[in-house]
Amino acid sequence: MTTTESPAGRTGPLGRLGGYAGLLLVVLLVAVPLYWILISSLKERPDIYTVPVSWWPDPLTFDNYTAVGGGVAFSDYLRNSIIITSALTLIQVVLGVLSAFALAFLRFPGRTLVLLFVIGSLMVPNQITMISNYALVAQLGWRNTFTGIIVPLAGVAFGTFLMRNHFLALPREVIEAAEMDAAGPLRMLWRVVLPMSWPTLIAFTLITIVTEWNQYLWPLLMADDARIAPLPVGLAQLQDTQGLTNWGPVLAGTVLTMLPILLIFLALQRHMIKGLTAGAVKG
Amino acid sequence: MATDLVVGAPAGTAPALPPRPPEHRREPRERGRRRGILVAGAFLLPNLVLLAVFTYRPLLDNVRLSFTDWNISSPTASYIGFDNYVEWFTSSASHTVLWNTVVFTAAAVLGSMALGLALALLLDRNLFGRNAVRSLVFAPFVVAGAAVGVAFQFVFDPTFGLIQDLLGRIGVEAPAFYQDPEWALFMVTTTYIWKNLGYTFVIYLAALQGRRAELDEAAEIDAASAWAKFRRVTWPQLRPATFFLLITVLLNSFQVFDIIDTMTRGGPLGNGTTTMVYQVYQETFVNQRAGFGATVATIMFVILLVVTLVQVRAMERGQQQ
Repeated sequence: MTTTESPAGRTGPLGRLGGYAGLLLVVLLVAVPLYWILISSLKERPDIYTVPVSWWPDPLTFDNYTAVGGGVAFSDYLRNSIIITSALTLIQVVLGVLSAFALAFLRFPGRTLVLLFVIGSLMVPNQITMISNYALVAQLGWRNTFTGIIVPLAGVAFGTFLMRNHFLALPREVIEAAEMDAAGPLRMLWRVVLPMSWPTLIAFTLITIVTEWNQYLWPLLMADDARIAPLPVGLAQLQDTQGLTNWGPVLAGTVLTMLPILLIFLALQRHMIKGLTAGAVKG
Repeated sequence: MATDLVVGAPAGTAPALPPRPPEHRREPRERGRRRGILVAGAFLLPNLVLLAVFTYRPLLDNVRLSFTDWNISSPTASYIGFDNYVEWFTSSASHTVLWNTVVFTAAAVLGSMALGLALALLLDRNLFGRNAVRSLVFAPFVVAGAAVGVAFQFVFDPTFGLIQDLLGRIGVEAPAFYQDPEWALFMVTTTYIWKNLGYTFVIYLAALQGRRAELDEAAEIDAASAWAKFRRVTWPQLRPATFFLLITVLLNSFQVFDIIDTMTRGGPLGNGTTTMVYQVYQETFVNQRAGFGATVATIMFVILLVVTLVQVRAMERGQQQ
């Protein structure tokens, strides 16, 4: 995250002490549940169910991971998540960049209307469109297919808006110079606009990856079986199938669902946050 | 041609014999304009079609379905007028659902914004290890809500969960999170806030770092108290971020599904933690009453629309001042 020094922070020793007390409290509240989930996933079955809870697995075991990972279903869920997330990210980034380019640089009648049409769709949550979309997809015979999960989620509004705002902020002289040279639109996008846009494009891509990896409701409706269900849906089914949840493998599955995104986030957090905060701070 | 519909390109309007323009220089310009329209159409069309078919079409279709008794699997449905609406507005179950939605949304918005602001103020200060803590606070926001729901079902487990254990150590008996509807609602709300705190925190932190240092320094020279400084100098500068968060957090928490589905499935006692979104799902796909589900969805959309418009108006007024 940003390390910019802010004008606050000049406080006396008492204030500093209070600050560290606050810091400690935050760490406890956020880290302890995460830590406990992680170590519980490394415990043997009886150890998970001991009261009072134990803070270190005794003995430490990876059995839960081999149980959940070795099962055919879970590696399928993982593969499905990768397929769905990659396809949606690729489609959304391409469509988002092309739409944003057209809205920022090309003159055509009805441009404002098209922009409103795109932004307006941000107001419509998936939960409201799911009934009618479910019916349409079922009619098309797309239930239990990747197409059924991917296509209805593929339209891109947020990314279009984000990239368009970024494009409009690019230096006008460069754009005009490129237009003077009569560069074709694709050439202009590829040679002039995109090279100046990597940070925003990366932010857009990362936010898309996170959103699609975590997608739950729509894939839940679309996927009855493990052949196409992504991890979050598989995880809920894992918890569901046993009458009484067998927590070891479920917790291992939880950790495996969270881990890839957490690793991407830790490596690239600065970029991700840039996209989220764009437009939020200066009204 | 669909292109014409979307971008309004006058493709069909070109006369068969275009009159030669008086000045030859203008011709390439005109051609360039037409080419621009075609390119814009090609660039925008796939996205616009997807949004039209999968966002706007179902939005309108919902309204139609809300006047039927459709059961989602049969190809036919009969028109029943306002029956669904009358049922929703008069049934006591719906009142509980509406109440749950209001309580959950209000608590999630106020809780995560207040805590996010407090955290941002804390982590804006020059403390050792703050970058690591910043990452830690933001981390839960990027993981799947379904995974957080499953994990926290275990954390709140009444017999071997973390919460009952910690409460037991200080001599408090854990409340019946999975039996008492009020505690169940408290549980899912807390979990939601825990997961989403990082978002409000990051937005507020960015706003704090973008604020104007001269104002703070002026306040310090005037020896203003910490509270006066916050109230008169910092808080007014956070106004855009606050409005932005009010809208986005409200929209997001109103739509929560994954945490409720994985933690309580809308229960206990039938609808203890059922919010409107969960009711739409439950009625449509579990009770096979898609017509009624569409009614709830339509009501939900109207509420969202009104709330957003009111907030946007308030924001515009706030900016004019």
